[in-house]
Amino acid sequence: MLQRLTRRVSGTTLFMWLIGIAILAVVVYGTIATLASGKYGLKDWTDLTINGLALGGIYALIALGYTLVYGILRMINFAHGEVFMAGPMTAYFIITAFDESGFLNRQPILALLIVFLFAAAVSTTIAVLLERIAYRPLRRAPRLVPLITAIGASFFLQYTFRGLFGSGIKSYPLPDILQGDWTVGPITILKIRAVVIVAAIIMLVGLYIFVQRTKVGKAMQAVSEDKDTSALMGIDVDSVIVTTFVVGGALAGAAGVLYALMFRQVTFIMGFIPGLKAFTAAVLGGIGNVAGAALGGLFLGIAESVFPNLVLDGLGIPAPYQLRDALAFVLLVLVLIFRPSGILGERLAAKKA
Amino acid sequence: MKTGSRFNWWSPIKMGLLAGAVGLLISLTGMVEASNNRYIIIGVLSLGQTLLLLTMVFAGYMGVRQARIDQHSEPPRLWLILSGTLAGLITNAVLVALVIFGSFVNLRNIFVNASPALYDILTLGLGVPAGLIGLLIAGAIVGALTALLMTLPERPSRAIALGLGLIPTVAILYSALFAGRGLSILGAVVIFLLGAGGYYLWGTWQPRMEVRMAGLSAEQQHMVQRGKWALGALIILLLPLLGSYPSEVLDLVGLFVLMGLGLNIVVGFAGLLDLGYVAFFAIGAYTMAVLTSPEIAWLPVKLTFWGALPFAALAAALSGIILGVPVLGMRGDYLAIVTLGFGEIIRLLALSDWLKPFIGGSNGITLIPKPVIGPITLDTPPTLYYLILAGSLVVAFVAIRVKDSRLGRSWMAMREDEDVAQAMGIDLVRTKLLAFATGATFAGVAGAIFATKLTSIYPHSFNLLISINVLCVIIVGGIGSIPGVIVGALFLVGLPELLREFAEYRLMMYGAALVFMMLTRPEGLWPEARRKLELHEGEPSPVGALEEFEVREAEPSAAGASAE
Repeated sequence: MLQRLTRRVSGTTLFMWLIGIAILAVVVYGTIATLASGKYGLKDWTDLTINGLALGGIYALIALGYTLVYGILRMINFAHGEVFMAGPMTAYFIITAFDESGFLNRQPILALLIVFLFAAAVSTTIAVLLERIAYRPLRRAPRLVPLITAIGASFFLQYTFRGLFGSGIKSYPLPDILQGDWTVGPITILKIRAVVIVAAIIMLVGLYIFVQRTKVGKAMQAVSEDKDTSALMGIDVDSVIVTTFVVGGALAGAAGVLYALMFRQVTFIMGFIPGLKAFTAAVLGGIGNVAGAALGGLFLGIAESVFPNLVLDGLGIPAPYQLRDALAFVLLVLVLIFRPSGILGERLAAKKA
Repeated sequence: MKTGSRFNWWSPIKMGLLAGAVGLLISLTGMVEASNNRYIIIGVLSLGQTLLLLTMVFAGYMGVRQARIDQHSEPPRLWLILSGTLAGLITNAVLVALVIFGSFVNLRNIFVNASPALYDILTLGLGVPAGLIGLLIAGAIVGALTALLMTLPERPSRAIALGLGLIPTVAILYSALFAGRGLSILGAVVIFLLGAGGYYLWGTWQPRMEVRMAGLSAEQQHMVQRGKWALGALIILLLPLLGSYPSEVLDLVGLFVLMGLGLNIVVGFAGLLDLGYVAFFAIGAYTMAVLTSPEIAWLPVKLTFWGALPFAALAAALSGIILGVPVLGMRGDYLAIVTLGFGEIIRLLALSDWLKPFIGGSNGITLIPKPVIGPITLDTPPTLYYLILAGSLVVAFVAIRVKDSRLGRSWMAMREDEDVAQAMGIDLVRTKLLAFATGATFAGVAGAIFATKLTSIYPHSFNLLISINVLCVIIVGGIGSIPGVIVGALFLVGLPELLREFAEYRLMMYGAALVFMMLTRPEGLWPEARRKLELHEGEPSPVGALEEFEVREAEPSAAGASAE
């Protein structure tokens, strides 16, 4: 019996499981310690959860861009974080103009709609240009080549935006109607967070319906299954790929404006960390899977917001929020080791595309 | 084909617009203005103007190239010149449009660099109507001259191009290393003549030399070869005599060569794209700092640099294995993202208050001693240069020896196809972990030297950009190629140090370089033979590719020229 077991389980696998168990034990211990100390009340936890939900909605929107592109091209569009940044960064000039002229507070809904559309348009343009210039010529190249190109494009875009618009932090105006908070029963929620959550959910549902029900969405699914066969079936693969970048770019641009409104600021570097985290979210949910990306985003947002206080605080680590970003990466590594298929996806990390 | 017999107006316009977009980009990102204080030729041509000039040359070049592609046979010379002129004209027309637009609308609220100073440079200091016409004429002339140059026979055309290219090269080296202001007109002419004349002479002498070389006995040929090596070694040894600042630059280049050689093993040989390479650099630096700095109180024993160096290497190697185990099963892009995550985790841990009592948190660690050999303290850039040189030589030796060893061949087999490699009896776990450990060791050594060089380290020094920087070095140099690492480090680390006004644009240019290299020359400036064959599979015949490679290797100047 023991012999059979050792033959099945190699040394490294055993080592990995030991690490996993150790981590689980630490997490449980930290959680119990925090809860036992009673440092945070119910209100703190609801606040953290709502904050995480808003953040998670934004991650989910960006993650969709990664997932759609990965599903179709089997490449990580590393520059997607910069697509996310480009929208709000350029829309900044419109929203400040609206703010100065008073239009933003007179017609807040119309003004914000224009800002959203503009940001989505800019992000879409950048995404499509990226595909056309940097990715399309490399579609048949060895796998690492497009990834390196994407990394290069990412840095090029970041620092081009810095050169064009300056390196300073620009503060985003917020219309008066979105300031302050609402009270629903026992819960008090910042208005902007509520709006972000609702907007994100609407867009996520909209995208889901688009992919599942429309003809273009079905073509996207077909191409992600098998490019050559779908071409034989009369699907214009190139235009489907462009559509994918358009959809991903538009969602990223809209998410960028939500992010800018929530944190009230934009910089040229704002896309990088959210981009990486959204990628984590996409992997978490199962890359290539639309519903998975949404779930993964929301989960990551909540985990990132609640976890430092819940677990790390109990372990006696000072200033746990400093390790918030590290947490996302640890989560990514753990998911890839223990469940590479993600919450809803097929196993891809080790699959050869 | 129909287009064959008619002049194609659209291609030069398209190329002109492309070059114009580049001109617009470098103008609005502030590159032109930032580099306008450095002269190439004093009072005549500034570096900023040279950049604009290059966009026009690019337009002319692309215009002619496109015209040649459009037509089946060589088009008439007049057509080519017309193409070049048109492309150059359109390039500057884009900039003219910018100036005119900018004079009506204040663009500065949006584009921070659309300043009056920029418009002044673009209008050649002549004011709006005259300067704009001047700019258009200049574009047309430069485009036409470029086209003319391209229609000349090969030898004079190349000689002139080399002479012209040498002027800014020498001017930049001179002004950066010796704080000169630029070249005088006479100096520029002399350098042009030297470059062009040198090319001509070389063209005449080289075949004769080869004939004479072939006539020598094998032993004598060997002697000549050794003489070349000795001369090269002497030049490398004497480089710090250039002064303190050039040595400083060389030190930095050397550190990146060290790291590049390590990453080259992981990415180039074993094919594992590691974006968290900075983690090992940081671990090496922190090990060195903790073991030697008197500031760290919790560790009572203090070592010297030499005592701590093995520990730094060992710590990095161990962390390479520890970080390698979880990613053993992952391939390609997943590995890249996970290693990137590792790099960030290490940095965030170093920065956190949690570990502050042990490694200093955001305050870093200071008071790291300099290395001492007998009576000499290596505390100046030139002396540190020798330390880094020695380190690089050892590492390069190891890398060269490992490359063709059993281990090196297993790495390459694994890079090509993991499943097949495993089927051939290669132990993937061991081979992968050895790649991570070797690469990490090199980075650890680089980190240790880095710590002692700066005498103080902070978590901010170890951000993701270092990983990207090293990656750029090996990709631009040529993945898997050892001399490529050195070429890449010189271009990507040395050059930006000399061009200080571009510090802000460094990453922008790295990004552009990565994309550009991947699209046009994925094998790098100094490619590895096997890699090149792979990447150009099915394009020309493999024999042709190999021959081309040999020609390149024999003529390193070709690599230098294509980088400009």
